[in-house]
Amino acid sequence: MQKEVVLDMKNLSISFKTSAGEIKAIRGVDFTLYKGDTVAIVGESGSGKSVTVKAIMGILSGNETINSGTIDFTYRRGEKVIHEDLLKLSKNQMRKRINGKRIAMVFQDPMTSLNPTMSVGAQVMEGMIYHYGTSKQEARKKAIELLELVGMPEPEKRMKNYPHQLSGGMRQRVVIAIALSCDPEVLICDEPTTALDVTIQAKILELIKDVQEKLGISVIYITHDLGVVAKVADYVAVMYAGKFIEKGTTEEIFFDPRHPYTWGLLSAIPSLEKTEHSLYAIPGSPPNLLNQVVGDPFAPRNLYALNIDYREEPPMFKITDTHYASTWLLHENAPKVDMPAQLKARIEVMKKEVRDIGK
Amino acid sequence: MKKYILKRIGISALTLLVILFILFIMLELMPGSPFNDEKLTDAQRAIINAKYGLDKPMFLRFFNYLKAMISGDFGVSYNISKNTPITQLLQSRLPLSLRIGGQSVLIGTIIGIILGLIAAIKHNTIFDTLTTVISVLGVSLPSYVFAMGLIYTMGFKLKWFPLLYQMEAPFESTILPTVALSMFTIATVARFTRTEMLEVLGSDYMLLAESKGVDQKRLIFVHALRNALIPIITVLAPLIVSLMTGSLVIEKLFSIPGIGSLMVTAIQSNDYNVIIALAFVYSVMFIGIMLVVDILYGIIDPRIRLAKEDLHE
Amino acid sequence: MNNQMTEFKPDDFELIRKNQDDFVDESYAKESYWKDILMRFVKNKGAIFGLIFIILIVIMAIIGPNLNDYTFDSQIISHQNLAPRVKSIESLGLGIFDGAETMNTSTGVVEINKYVNPEKETGLENTYYWFGTDVLGRDIFTRTWSGTRISLYIALVAVLVDMIFGMSYGLISGYFGGRVDLIMQRLSEVLNGIPTLVLVTLLIIIMKPGLGTITLALALTGWIGMSRVARAQVLKLKEQEFILASKTLGAKDFFIIFKEILPNIFGQLIIMSMFSVPNAIFTEAFLAFVGLGVPAPNASLGSLISDAFKSFTTHPYMIVFPVVVLALIMLSFNLLADGLRDAFDPKMKEM
Repeated sequence: MQKEVVLDMKNLSISFKTSAGEIKAIRGVDFTLYKGDTVAIVGESGSGKSVTVKAIMGILSGNETINSGTIDFTYRRGEKVIHEDLLKLSKNQMRKRINGKRIAMVFQDPMTSLNPTMSVGAQVMEGMIYHYGTSKQEARKKAIELLELVGMPEPEKRMKNYPHQLSGGMRQRVVIAIALSCDPEVLICDEPTTALDVTIQAKILELIKDVQEKLGISVIYITHDLGVVAKVADYVAVMYAGKFIEKGTTEEIFFDPRHPYTWGLLSAIPSLEKTEHSLYAIPGSPPNLLNQVVGDPFAPRNLYALNIDYREEPPMFKITDTHYASTWLLHENAPKVDMPAQLKARIEVMKKEVRDIGK
Repeated sequence: MKKYILKRIGISALTLLVILFILFIMLELMPGSPFNDEKLTDAQRAIINAKYGLDKPMFLRFFNYLKAMISGDFGVSYNISKNTPITQLLQSRLPLSLRIGGQSVLIGTIIGIILGLIAAIKHNTIFDTLTTVISVLGVSLPSYVFAMGLIYTMGFKLKWFPLLYQMEAPFESTILPTVALSMFTIATVARFTRTEMLEVLGSDYMLLAESKGVDQKRLIFVHALRNALIPIITVLAPLIVSLMTGSLVIEKLFSIPGIGSLMVTAIQSNDYNVIIALAFVYSVMFIGIMLVVDILYGIIDPRIRLAKEDLHE
Repeated sequence: MNNQMTEFKPDDFELIRKNQDDFVDESYAKESYWKDILMRFVKNKGAIFGLIFIILIVIMAIIGPNLNDYTFDSQIISHQNLAPRVKSIESLGLGIFDGAETMNTSTGVVEINKYVNPEKETGLENTYYWFGTDVLGRDIFTRTWSGTRISLYIALVAVLVDMIFGMSYGLISGYFGGRVDLIMQRLSEVLNGIPTLVLVTLLIIIMKPGLGTITLALALTGWIGMSRVARAQVLKLKEQEFILASKTLGAKDFFIIFKEILPNIFGQLIIMSMFSVPNAIFTEAFLAFVGLGVPAPNASLGSLISDAFKSFTTHPYMIVFPVVVLALIMLSFNLLADGLRDAFDPKMKEM
């Protein structure tokens, strides 16, 4: 079944000019988003996740240079199907045509994402009025419907409230309502639940999943939390030092990870089972991207590093049609290395659970 | 919210009382007041004391004094204009000073906001540096330096504007003094606006608004400005102070018959009644404006105006 | 995904590490706290400019009045209203500082030189007044610098008193908190409501203008700002653990205040003081202008400007020099204070 391609990013490279030098934040990223899918981009802070999606939205800070790459966006305007390279659009064009209208974003910290001096209603209505010229009454009606959709109690009352009068969870719902207000085709969520309580987290994730199914939106999640990934994603891309190092379906990544970094991430999830003696943490810290990357950037922290890792950066090796990883361990000449025993045991437990639940 | 307003009013009233008390003490301590004249004999002194109630206990005198001041009875002037009720002197002068003061606040704030806006939007360009230079100068140099500069260049050499206040040209002749007086306002407001705008522009909600697709103009004027300008009200306090002190000098320089030059004359001729009366007027103005500013701030900022409601998920 | 043929070396596919202990963690070097501040300060051109000028002016204030033979109060009436004349600049023939001034008379604009007159003997051919003389024949150069001395003295003493008193007030109020804080803050709020202009003016009228009274009046107006800063800093530090540690060791309250907290808030206080100095100088100049400055024959920058104002349109040079010095002092202190503030906490205020 041929799925429609919505977003196709090819070989994106972006660097930033700072007073300390040039930071090569993204160094060749490829990624495809299919209609109706949920893709999760996983990685540590500073890996380049936010920069990638901000590049899609065209809201980078201004001191960036796009060294290479294209972001092909496919959307419908009425009957016509339109392809556009988002990177070639001017800021004005992006704002008028794409931002909010076709691609919308949900931000991380609900405490600071809303304008403190504008009422909730005004903020939700703004997009519709601006992009579609909706009348105030129409917009107001739709806004109340949206607030209801996102599970806001007493939506009419909330319209007049100001952000500081709402709790974190409710604010995030408002942010989601704003994102959905213009019927976008793609929703980008940048760590939408990191700043929320665990109980609220689950609710928000459910909400987004609900909305996605109802409206047929494609979603990109940015997160460092593998628990979130397991819950929502169809497809996972793991990012390290500005590049994807492993991509695959959620099952493939969780049950058959191939890159040592992914092994590290999965091992680091605390387990409720008392079988382990110590918490695992990937030693060392991510590389300073001010410096030119030679070889595999993960090599210094990689227990399974090969000599070649210090000379050449590994290409993407194909494992299945959907599963790729960029590690020299997948080369035919590489020694047969298996994932750490602890991790293997864990995965067996996970598989068993899944079988039992009958998911 | 109501509690907030009441508290403010309470403190203002208390402050006024304290000030009146201080003024009262000062009046008692003023050297060389007519009632301490050595030339009076004891009998004469007794008569005067009885007439003006100076022999009553201090408490009572203070109370009478309070009554008088609050009802606007400031007594009479001795040296400037013998026996003229001070209220009369004030009547003709107060409106003029208020007008010039108001003009300079208005112009200063508007120009200041515009400058600050430009500096923030064109951050790190030549405009920014220029605005910073103007700000530092405006804050560092006393208003009379500007006044003198203006008088010399525009008034004297170029003869564009009249040098002294003339009643026949009430607007034109107040242009130079207004400009001189407004320099401090422009500088302070510009600097403040710039800082606030920069902070707002870098905030998360601006990023969200941008991602909504809102255009540049709307971003700045609808989203950013609101947040940046609310705190400007807090800058009003030093501004008013500068206006009050500046007005004394400016009025003297430009021969403007306002309460500022009256104060200067009173100081120089030791007319204590006038001095105290004017001190009272200034205090009332100051406290009054501070009160209005405090209340305004509470009204405009929705975070203070509306308390957090008890909402559940 | 790349089509290049990478050249493989024979040992490429061997594991490097035998076990997990072979890790070396790189960390980024960090400068020490004070070095950081110093570096930031030095980078700020405005602040350096301010610092240099302050030093220059202070030097001149100290040695200036003694540089020539005139004293600040010697009056030579026959030398009144002379224009500036500097020997070395005069000989450059540039037309400035040569004792000539342009005057607007009823017949038109005329240039006269009281020192050297080709038509007659003036007796002043060999006298040089670097900044000219005032209406009483006093040397403006000497008076300017002795005036600077006095203005600086007043400002510094006032600020010092402010700092000591305001700082103690804020420290005590903030540290003890609760009732004490409430009362003290209410008190200062009320006192703050009194416009300083009023207070200062009245005080001086009662106490008669003089060096001491002016200093006292200035001090009375500035301490509240200082106490606010001190209190804010104390509140911030109070919760930190080293205070708790001190307490558990049995340190008494006042010990903690003055030995533990004080050194940490010193930076902010210095900054506040630097900002208060121009304020004090400005207020002093203002007082002089309305007639409440230092009494004659002493001069302060403010009184010089005030006196010179009368001859502003006829002999502008009289006012120029003290105004320039005043402006430079205020500018320099503002720049310095700004620079210090940015150096201590770049996130504060300006970006």
